[in-house]
Amino acid sequence: MLQIENLTVRFGGVTPIDDVSVVFESGTCGLIGPNGAGKTTFFNVLSGFVKPAGGSVTAFGDNLLKMADYRRARWGLRRTFQTEMAIEKLSVFDNVAMIHEHSGAKRASRRADVLKAIEFVGLETPPGVQVGRLGAKERRLVEIARAVVGRPRLVLLDEPAAGLPDEETGHLGSVIQKIPEEVGALVVLVDHDMSLVSACCGTTAVVDFGRLIASGPTAEILRNEQVMHAYLGTETAL
Amino acid sequence: MDTTPAASGETADTPRVARNVDRGLLVRAGAITAGLLFVLFAVPQVFGSDWIFTFTSVAIYSAAALGFGLLYGRVGLISLGQVALLSIGCWTGARLSYATALPFPILLLVVGLITGLIGVLVGLPALRLSGLYLALITLMFAGATTIVLGQIDFPNGGHGFTGRSAAAELSTHTNPVRRPSIALSDTDYYRYVVVVIAIMFLVALLHVASKPGRAWASIRESEPAALSAGVNITLYKLWAFGLASFITGVAGCLLAAEIGVPRAITFQTQDSLTLAATALIGGIFSIWGALIAGAFNQLLPFLFQAQWGINPNFLLTVFGAGLLQVLLTAPGGLIEQFPKDMANLGRLIARKVPVTRQAALGIGSILALIIGIVFLVTTSPLLGLLVVILSPILAAFIQD
Repeated sequence: MLQIENLTVRFGGVTPIDDVSVVFESGTCGLIGPNGAGKTTFFNVLSGFVKPAGGSVTAFGDNLLKMADYRRARWGLRRTFQTEMAIEKLSVFDNVAMIHEHSGAKRASRRADVLKAIEFVGLETPPGVQVGRLGAKERRLVEIARAVVGRPRLVLLDEPAAGLPDEETGHLGSVIQKIPEEVGALVVLVDHDMSLVSACCGTTAVVDFGRLIASGPTAEILRNEQVMHAYLGTETAL
Repeated sequence: MDTTPAASGETADTPRVARNVDRGLLVRAGAITAGLLFVLFAVPQVFGSDWIFTFTSVAIYSAAALGFGLLYGRVGLISLGQVALLSIGCWTGARLSYATALPFPILLLVVGLITGLIGVLVGLPALRLSGLYLALITLMFAGATTIVLGQIDFPNGGHGFTGRSAAAELSTHTNPVRRPSIALSDTDYYRYVVVVIAIMFLVALLHVASKPGRAWASIRESEPAALSAGVNITLYKLWAFGLASFITGVAGCLLAAEIGVPRAITFQTQDSLTLAATALIGGIFSIWGALIAGAFNQLLPFLFQAQWGINPNFLLTVFGAGLLQVLLTAPGGLIEQFPKDMANLGRLIARKVPVTRQAALGIGSILALIIGIVFLVTTSPLLGLLVVILSPILAAFIQD
């Protein structure tokens, strides 16, 4: 369980996150909102790149904000970025093994764990191939494999399907759906693709201009009028 | 992770992957060993002493280029102070050689560690700076080192911190920095240097292929991504500086014993730039590019000056043109480009002259036999023997 209380982030005069309190219970949770709503800033707070002006973040009973940024991976935090960040110069295997090495997982199980993670995301290329030679879809899958290796507890996916065509997003969605059950981690998914969010996420939170405007079961949220205003900018919102 | 579907597919897949990796590794290890044996035993048979002295320098500067390549090619940190660290290794080696009776391998180790420590201090700004700013800071460090060395010069057997004495300065004979007792002659010392530098390359290779290498690659790709992957960026950046400087320091100590009486004039600030240029020409993404860099840095000046009688200052033009060529067309450097060019050339020839693989191997085997016999009866029996042995090996491949 990820519990956010009164979280506020300020960059000078801008307040990208304004007193947000929200709870992500379990499974795969969506986090949506228009551009500039504060979704990535929220992930950056969890990663430790941004120091909040106030509020608390408690994940499975631990105070995440107190941990040094690079130690959060060892605790069990994984994240992907909007732009794909798999390491081009390394092989698929080394890309995933690299995460395992810093996760605190046992060295003896590295090979088996890494191959399992590659298998889990359904990547068909041989593990020895350099990531620089892979296509966009395979690279995105490598990123998911990096996010699930070494017993993660909290997986943050920032637009994992950005730039992929619809038919390839489908496979990615099915992999993301399996994470909570088979890997045992809480997943928070940020995406603009509503079909991906509604396929993967049981519950969804919506933010706009740094404030939480709704949260609850995904199907209800997507019918919520306020949410539609935020996204579509209908007359009533003007 | 508890993924059950993985278990079935994995058992069939794993051994195949493992076998491929092992075979590639074996071939590479074999080629490296053969190359090393050739350099150790055949080269001194063929070349005269001035060549051997140059090859010793090539090996030493290869290690310096290796340090530059590790930092820039692996971690993305551009350091223009590598020749300064080489001179610091050289100075420390000379000072400790006069001051202590440490066995030479221990001396190398101590000098490497001291230079490594200094390298870590130089690397501290790298935690905050990168790109052009880091390049400028390290270049200024190189400049400062040149000035300090110009003032205190190298030890000549005197006392005190600088290890210089006026008496030794005025006398016509200065005791040279000592060499290991098993390698006093230039040829023996050349072999000694090649072995030590080979160990340095091995250390670098082991780093690159394991946890630190992967951490460096992730830092080079993106620091935020590396951080969120749990990489302690401070530790791994300083580690890279420490390792590169350790290798460079060991090379500097070898250089001190090679020259015997090192002088401050040997090390110029601009040498750091030439080293960076040659390292880029050789290729920084493969550690073997450093060998080409060493050859460009030390062998070409020797060829220009001693062999062809051309002013070696022209080399700066050659390096400039080479650097431009590499940056525009072959970012991987010669080490990546040359095999590609050869393959293209091979394809071109094969189109004109249709030869089968068998025929090529057969011709190669006969040529090796003839060349081997020529060597056997003329200049070098050992090299001849090696080449003669090559011919049945080539012939054996025809049967495949």
